[in-house]
Amino acid sequence: MLELDVLSRRGGFELQAGFLAAPGSTTVIVGESGAGKTTLLRLAAGLDQPDRGRIALDGVVYAEPDAGIAVPAWRRDVGYVAQDYALFPHLTVEQNVAFGLRAGGVRRAAIAPRVAEALRRAGIADLGRRKPSMLSGGQQQRAALARALVLDPRLLLLDEPLAALDLQTRRLVRAELRDLLRALGCVTLYVTHSPIEALLFGDRIVVIEAGRVSQTGTRDELLRYPRSRYVAELMGTNLFAGRVGAGPGAATVRTGDGDLAVGDPGEPGEVFLTVDPRQITIHPHPPEGSAQNVFVGPILELAPEPPSGERIRVVLGTRPPLVAEVTRDAVAGLGLREGMTVHASFKATGIRTYR
Amino acid sequence: MGLGYRILLGLAVAGLFLLLGLPLAAVATRVPPADLLARMGDPMLVEALRLSLVTSAAATALVVLLGLPVSYLLATRSFPGKRLLEVLIDLPMVLPPTVAGFALLLAFGRNSPAGRSLAVLGLSIPFTTLAVVLAQAFIAAPFFISATRAGLSEVDLRYLDAAATLRASPARTLLRVMLPLAFPSMLAGAAMTWARALGEFGATITFAGNLPGVTQTMPLAVYVALQQDVDAAVAMSVLLLALSVGILLSIRLAPPWFGLLDRARARRP
Repeated sequence: MLELDVLSRRGGFELQAGFLAAPGSTTVIVGESGAGKTTLLRLAAGLDQPDRGRIALDGVVYAEPDAGIAVPAWRRDVGYVAQDYALFPHLTVEQNVAFGLRAGGVRRAAIAPRVAEALRRAGIADLGRRKPSMLSGGQQQRAALARALVLDPRLLLLDEPLAALDLQTRRLVRAELRDLLRALGCVTLYVTHSPIEALLFGDRIVVIEAGRVSQTGTRDELLRYPRSRYVAELMGTNLFAGRVGAGPGAATVRTGDGDLAVGDPGEPGEVFLTVDPRQITIHPHPPEGSAQNVFVGPILELAPEPPSGERIRVVLGTRPPLVAEVTRDAVAGLGLREGMTVHASFKATGIRTYR
Repeated sequence: MGLGYRILLGLAVAGLFLLLGLPLAAVATRVPPADLLARMGDPMLVEALRLSLVTSAAATALVVLLGLPVSYLLATRSFPGKRLLEVLIDLPMVLPPTVAGFALLLAFGRNSPAGRSLAVLGLSIPFTTLAVVLAQAFIAAPFFISATRAGLSEVDLRYLDAAATLRASPARTLLRVMLPLAFPSMLAGAAMTWARALGEFGATITFAGNLPGVTQTMPLAVYVALQQDVDAAVAMSVLLLALSVGILLSIRLAPPWFGLLDRARARRP
């Protein structure tokens, strides 16, 4: 079990984060660049020390400034894979993988078989004699992973492990990496800015925004109950925060960006409201019919959705801002294009509220 | 490129060639090669060459031994007085060597505190072979230190972080990651220091004197020979010139060498 609760100030940037991570599970730390993801990983690795708080792994305290504890990285039971892999350029792949075993004082005779096994498991058994500069990006990633995993760390830290790869390799390595991480018994922290990787790898997902944890939860919790606009955007849905009043006007919820007609507002108080992008219809002209929520605004962006591009995300400059998802045929049929002013509508019952 | 520009460029190159190349050519062509070869067995030359090689090698070893920790400190730490230390280390590069030799003489001479302490032990440094080594080390140290310091600071922090997360103590990281990665710079710096030590004259003659077989290195022997037998001076000059060119050339050609070294190392896992 990794227990982490830290405060770190460095050159005007403040990171405050706390969470628990269980052995055998992968915790994805997701956020935009500059949100503090890498800082968090460096604190866990011991490459930086927190100003306040506590980091403990399986009951062993690694950092606790108030108690004067600051275990340096090389004395921690961690494996770390940096974003650009940082394989030692002057050593062969074999020597890179053996580096940690040698430094850790493993018997000479035991090193070669463990290195060979790690290379075999990483699928690069025949590349041991090569220099890192002779490897492709995907091979470097495997070598870096083998170098960290050969130590059997109790905490594995991965900093954007797929970001340095080209798209095709990334897809290939992604599936492999997922199987590999599932089979590991250690605590894994996985830093990424990619929503796909967050959903794919994260048993639990910790969302960081501007140095603060904005939401922690399982993939389903985040998908169903996003609690910040960034999380909603990450998960591809529309989120509003509003206030349900009392009495007859309760079905109209005031949000910071305008009023929404809600089917079932529930008790008075602060609520989150989400609207599935697929529930929103787009009309070139004012719509007739029963939808209570109609907003006018320009189309800011038309973006085809992977994998087939059959569905198109329509980003709207309405107030409140909305994202809709329509078929490619609908875009063609309605003649939608960026910059065009349209009407977006959805039913009151299309809104889900939660607290 | 305009014509005027090209002419200016050509003039600059020609001027520099005249300044640097002409004297070298004059030395190299003064005496026919066969006569030069015959001169190579001259006892004065052999003695001076032996002394020069021994003292410059010793001075280089001394500089590497003392300069490496200092370079590491300068490359990785900041501390009060760092700027001052840097100026102090660079000083011998711009100081007239005779002044350096005089300063050494004042510091280690018979009447200095250090000299008196050594005298109690029955030791005296000035006018010994050790004085030659110290004078050369004093003058040539900045070349190694600045090159090594630059090489160590250029080692990417990512590799140091990686080493730390692979159980490597700071000492092990220095030994197995920083030094190997900075090795080309260190080697180049050591070669420059060696070449400078080999050519040292002013500090040596002031601090160590000009005693044949004890402190008379090649540059000193050239100066002496010049007043007696010009052809002997030419022979020694040509030899020194060839040594210097050899050292500088091997630094320039170093990268392919390292490739060979790497391949040799890669063979053992």
